[in-house]
Amino acid sequence: MKIKLPQWFYQLASPRWFYEFSGKLLPWFAIAAFVLLITGSVWGLAFAPEDYQQGNSFRIIYVHVPASILAQSCYMLMAIAGAIGLIWKMKMAHIVAKSCATFGASIAVMSLATGAIWGKPTWGAWWVWDARLTAMLVLFFLYVGVIALHSAFENTQSADKASAVLSLVGLVNIPIIKYSVEWWNTLHQGATFKVTEKPAMPPEMWIPLLIMVLGFYCFFAVILMQRARIEVLQREKKASWVQEIIQQSL
Amino acid sequence: MNFFIAAVRRDLLLALRRRSDIVNPLAFFLMVAVMFPLAVSPESKFLAQVAPGVIWVAALLACLLSADGIFRSDFDDGSLEQMLVSPQPLVLIVLAKVLSHWIISGFCLALMSPLLAMMLFLPSEGLGALVLSLLLGTPTLSLLGAIGAGLTVGLRKGGILISLLILPLYIPVLIFGAGTVQAAAMGLPIAGYLALLGALLVLSMMLAPFAIAAALKISVRG
Repeated sequence: MKIKLPQWFYQLASPRWFYEFSGKLLPWFAIAAFVLLITGSVWGLAFAPEDYQQGNSFRIIYVHVPASILAQSCYMLMAIAGAIGLIWKMKMAHIVAKSCATFGASIAVMSLATGAIWGKPTWGAWWVWDARLTAMLVLFFLYVGVIALHSAFENTQSADKASAVLSLVGLVNIPIIKYSVEWWNTLHQGATFKVTEKPAMPPEMWIPLLIMVLGFYCFFAVILMQRARIEVLQREKKASWVQEIIQQSL
Repeated sequence: MNFFIAAVRRDLLLALRRRSDIVNPLAFFLMVAVMFPLAVSPESKFLAQVAPGVIWVAALLACLLSADGIFRSDFDDGSLEQMLVSPQPLVLIVLAKVLSHWIISGFCLALMSPLLAMMLFLPSEGLGALVLSLLLGTPTLSLLGAIGAGLTVGLRKGGILISLLILPLYIPVLIFGAGTVQAAAMGLPIAGYLALLGALLVLSMMLAPFAIAAALKISVRG
């Protein structure tokens, strides 16, 4: 059986097409990220009401929650891109996966750091051995593993394939790790956003949070495209169209 | 099925001829467990409390260290390439290699664990649970370790890299394995923990061989 995929899927596989297409998209995402992040942070930090228990310290939620959500989706994207790269032998998918790995690791650190800063006034400790913190730390380790494996290979193609396999293995493991540490210990508050329920906070609090989440996603798109474009230029440096771009920019 | 048995026999025979492959992980297991009373406290009450965790961490590290060698010698002498081109399914060959690795590492560790339990004053109620949990948990460790070994076998510096890749994946096994022993030492039922360890084993047995086979193909053919 042969599955027919839409044409844009194959077009996306061409580094040149990706480079031109992402060049057109990039400014729009950059503007959206800028507007959303500014609106969200000003609204969240200055205008949203104080929490009746945690006072002003809760406001770090406007960075912590988007970072944590993004750290998880970034891993998903990395694994899916890796799978596409393995199945359809797409160079572009591997480039995206590689760009995801470094960004994901840094955003996971951001989630852990903001969590620690938030934990100090709320729980009285920088770090507690709680399930969700531990799961995020493990997610960070998984990113580190993928990055370390990728850099250990000299041949880019083997590096791409090996890290794709590893990120898929990690993807299967993430829910298992999540539930195992949850049964092991939990102190953290439940998820802020659930698809099935209304958030437990007033709209003045969660609307800016939602704006921040969207802003983070746009920011992620911008960084991802930038990194992928640089990677494309590096890998395709012998191609004539890349040579032209280099000639023009000189 | 004949080639499966032959592959297991070959690896076990190789391990018997090169005894250090069997003895080294066991000696390592013992030494790591000895470090804890020296570093923390020799008091029997305290040691009894941490014994389940210490023994499980020691077993996990011993498995991890020996995992690096699962495919190493076959890669070096070229037999791994022969396995890849052989008409037999690679997934089964890989499973045979993991099984023989488990017999020389995890199985022996489980047999030796009561000795460590005595040294660390683990309550006698926890003894059976310790052996059972190691018997059920270490095959999963071997399967996951083989994924890391397959990915790094073509690299010159595999050693520390494989720990980076595999240790995060070991966490669920560690939690449920040590949890089993802790529950048993407190006189609680352990059937649930054992069921979870069994579930992890079944799941990894289903999926890991495919990942290992894919990893080996990447490492050998590039």
